[in-house]
Amino acid sequence: MADAAKKLPRIEINEKFCKGCSICVDFCPTDVLEMKGPVVVVKDLDACTRCQLCDLRCPDFAIQVFD
Amino acid sequence: MAKVKRFMQGNEACAEGALYAGCNFFAGYPITPSTEIAEILGYQLPKIGGKWIQMEDEIASIAATIGGSLGGCKALTATSGPGLSLKQEGLGYAAMAEIPCVIINVMRGGPSTGYPTGPSQSDMMTAKWGTHGDHPVIALTPSTVPEILTETVRAFNLAEKYRMPVFVFYDEIVGHMREPVEIPEPGDLEIVDRAKPTCKPEDYKPYDSNFEIAPLAAYGKDGYRFHVTGLNHGDDGFPTNDSKRIDQGCRSIMAKIENNLDDILKNETVDMDDAEIVLFAYGSTARSASFAQRKAREKGIKAGLFRPLTMWPFPEKAIREAAKKAKVFIVPEMNLGQMSLEVERCAPGIEVKGINRVDGEPINPAQILECIEKYK
Amino acid sequence: MTAEAAKKQKLSVPFDYSKYLRGGKLPHIWCPGCGHGIILKALLRAIDKIGLTNDEICMVSGIGCSSRTPGYVDFNTMHTLHGRALSYATGIKMANPDLNLIVTTGDGDALAIGGNHFIHTCRRNIDMTILVYSNSIYGMTGGQFSPTTPEGSKTSTSPYGAMEPNFDCCELAKASGATFVARATSYHVAELERTIKAAIEHKGTSVVEILDQCPIYFGRQNKYKSASHMMEMIEKDGTVSVKQVDKLPPEKLEGKLLRGILHQVEGEEYCDKYAKIIEKAQD
Repeated sequence: MADAAKKLPRIEINEKFCKGCSICVDFCPTDVLEMKGPVVVVKDLDACTRCQLCDLRCPDFAIQVFD
Repeated sequence: MAKVKRFMQGNEACAEGALYAGCNFFAGYPITPSTEIAEILGYQLPKIGGKWIQMEDEIASIAATIGGSLGGCKALTATSGPGLSLKQEGLGYAAMAEIPCVIINVMRGGPSTGYPTGPSQSDMMTAKWGTHGDHPVIALTPSTVPEILTETVRAFNLAEKYRMPVFVFYDEIVGHMREPVEIPEPGDLEIVDRAKPTCKPEDYKPYDSNFEIAPLAAYGKDGYRFHVTGLNHGDDGFPTNDSKRIDQGCRSIMAKIENNLDDILKNETVDMDDAEIVLFAYGSTARSASFAQRKAREKGIKAGLFRPLTMWPFPEKAIREAAKKAKVFIVPEMNLGQMSLEVERCAPGIEVKGINRVDGEPINPAQILECIEKYK
Repeated sequence: MTAEAAKKQKLSVPFDYSKYLRGGKLPHIWCPGCGHGIILKALLRAIDKIGLTNDEICMVSGIGCSSRTPGYVDFNTMHTLHGRALSYATGIKMANPDLNLIVTTGDGDALAIGGNHFIHTCRRNIDMTILVYSNSIYGMTGGQFSPTTPEGSKTSTSPYGAMEPNFDCCELAKASGATFVARATSYHVAELERTIKAAIEHKGTSVVEILDQCPIYFGRQNKYKSASHMMEMIEKDGTVSVKQVDKLPPEKLEGKLLRGILHQVEGEEYCDKYAKIIEKAQD
């Protein structure tokens, strides 16, 4: 995975909307996210496969993954 | 040209009036003694492309009526006492969300299932206080079959003009009585249509407080998208917790009535100029009262008749005025004393004598005349 | 769904929800971990896939958490009374059959106080999509048992365990005459979107029961650790797709709810039928 030329996705987290339920963290297939206090943060962007499951399961319109 | 006259039943005249007013939506549930209205409209509305549906219960009927109104129709439902009880939550919603609709209530004996085929006038306070919260009420009380037609037209006009539910309340006697009715030609009676917004869609506010009565768009027909709720709401129709706006909203729905009493109130007076004995009567009882009043005058008794065609809002000012000369108000009604309380409220210090019957029999002229003579 | 499966669906561009949302209304009122937002998002994606415009949709709701959905979307929207959404929606649909009616309701709203309206709406087969956000609880009033609360569950009004048997919303809808009946979950998000899309596209009464988590009121009282724990236990492990039923041994199906389109038949739609009544009356 450590390909230097690989284009990384951009994960946008809206901290104002995130209610810290951790659904995105719990269901991320590649452990990209983690909880930091009350909100979610990106832990390992490199591991992101752009599967969008975090977005699809986020109840709060708080996370989106851009290419 | 001579007008067409038809011999018809009160409930038939109601349906006729609704169609004349432009009613094109009816949702109802069968209940005695109002069912003929549903039956007639079920036959007539499809003929003009109008919508008619029999719902699963009374609650659903008022809900669908309100929905039909928001879909852009002139909407009607008809019921009787027990159904009126069930419809209360919907009536509160229509008052709160300011959605025009007309509710016919043909009064039968109560409480509860009561006396389904017998007349009464015992729902008058239900009209006023039935649903919870402070809410505006317009209730019209015709006494004759022709009047049921014209008052039903007026009810639609008031509903559309003031964006609120409007009642027509009449007892089973008038509802099932047959009289000749002159059928109005188009143009004979005034028809009021709902004010439509003219602003840009993005500027539309269904409860715009710059208007006394904001124009109401129809869902999916006028190009305006908006939100409606039974919660306290702001100009945009969305729920609000702003205490100032909540206060304003609660007051403005009442102010529509208070500021337009001249337009809403309607009553008939007979020999009131020098009346010392004032009969306050409505519905079929007013017919008996009218006869008794004439007989009393023949006997030289200074009796007058005050007959409200708009019962709610109550004709306070007129009663206060009458109270200046009257020594007694006689209020015959087929209940145990409902409107007599309102008369008492507006005529402090003056005796108010109720003639009350709840046995399913009409109050007859002799009964009223006998009472008048006691006060001569 | 695995990451690979998600990839196959080419989900690499995030969906722009804003065109369907009313500005300034987010964040929504739903609790942390509540599945209602997941349903709303799936619904908006389904609407987009169908290509409906905001003007063409009328969303109606009753009372409860689910019934707050219309307040967030930029359609013709109506927030009505507890249990009555379907009756209001019926009036709107009759008045204006061109509108696509979507009713968002909850298990208590649709099946308890609105139970009568639910069965009769299904019976009429009037064209509308009923999304039952089924989280087995009255959330807005603080967690009382509802008609879909599993027997034995603890709620604030069943401290010793719910004693009433629960409704099967889908069986009820089918028996009542709905011509499209499906069950989905807020866990199976892509399937949820597809199911809602199929429901909206179906002409007639469509009912989708969406198993949905209430981690705050149902979860806490029934020893679920989190929203995701509920989604795993109730929605993922508690359901089986109709497509897999034939492949699984009976013991694997025990106690599971079926997911997917459970019933779809053609039936004459109410407004179409009424149009014929008009023709007949005018003949």
